[in-house]
Amino acid sequence: MRELSLHILDIVQNSISATASLINIYINENLEGDLLTIKIRDNGRGIPEEQLLHITDPFYTTRTTREVGLGLSLFRQTARRSGGGLEIKSQIGAGTEVTAFFAHSHIDRPPMGDIKGTLLTLIALNPDLDFTYQHLYRDREFFLDTRVIKEELEGIEINQQAVLGWLGEFIKKGLEDLYGGEG
Amino acid sequence: MKSLEELKQLRESLQKDMLARNSAGKARIVIGMGTCGIAAGAREILQAVLQEVKTRGLDVIVSQTGCIGMCEKEPLLDVQLPGKDRITYGNVKKEDVSRIIVEHLINGNIVEDLVVARLEEGGE
Repeated sequence: MRELSLHILDIVQNSISATASLINIYINENLEGDLLTIKIRDNGRGIPEEQLLHITDPFYTTRTTREVGLGLSLFRQTARRSGGGLEIKSQIGAGTEVTAFFAHSHIDRPPMGDIKGTLLTLIALNPDLDFTYQHLYRDREFFLDTRVIKEELEGIEINQQAVLGWLGEFIKKGLEDLYGGEG
Repeated sequence: MKSLEELKQLRESLQKDMLARNSAGKARIVIGMGTCGIAAGAREILQAVLQEVKTRGLDVIVSQTGCIGMCEKEPLLDVQLPGKDRITYGNVKKEDVSRIIVEHLINGNIVEDLVVARLEEGGE
């Protein structure tokens, strides 16, 4: 994957498969500590303990369409290559939390990439799910909660073209303000 | 910051269209969103699809599927017109999206040179 935002899109697919209804995406760019943290937490069905042992093994998958499961192993590989690592916590019936750490300044760390595209893709294709997106950079924060947007929409589908257009502008402006011209 | 006030105004204009919308009898576009699809460019294909849908004012259902085992042919994009076979297009590029939408979705003609699979109507 050439961008971290593509890894995020990919890892969230696991949450969707695990029938999560709420998915929290958290990004913290701590420049002083040279640490980038990406956390994806869901309220899905959770992963049994015996599966957790193998979950980042590329030749382990619960799917039947093929015999490899690359998403988490690729994410872990990217994190390790960038001076970090990957942690997975899960509780049956409660959900799963995937956390990846990176040395922010590491030369092999992929760029964040098109976060707006990832968020819009998730929302457009999964209008019934709720997402929160929290992104910290220096002392600034961008936060998006689709539950708040849906409340304002009063029954209008969040993936209607006009709403997606509004969301795209909202996210673009939010990320511009977050980076303050530095991103 | 785009304001929630703008969103409220948008809501009011959309509420007028709401009664006309329901999913029965609509064409479907399905994008492969497995790891293989995402790595091959599925996100950009979806963005191109949404742009075409917006530009042409189409009322279609756009949804996703996981890996179907044809990783080497990703990005995959399926089109299913009501009552017709589900057609899977493979190795789709952004510039193919407009052609697939105009020729297949709007005019009903399958874009044969991009087809990698067909699923009979009613099959799964």
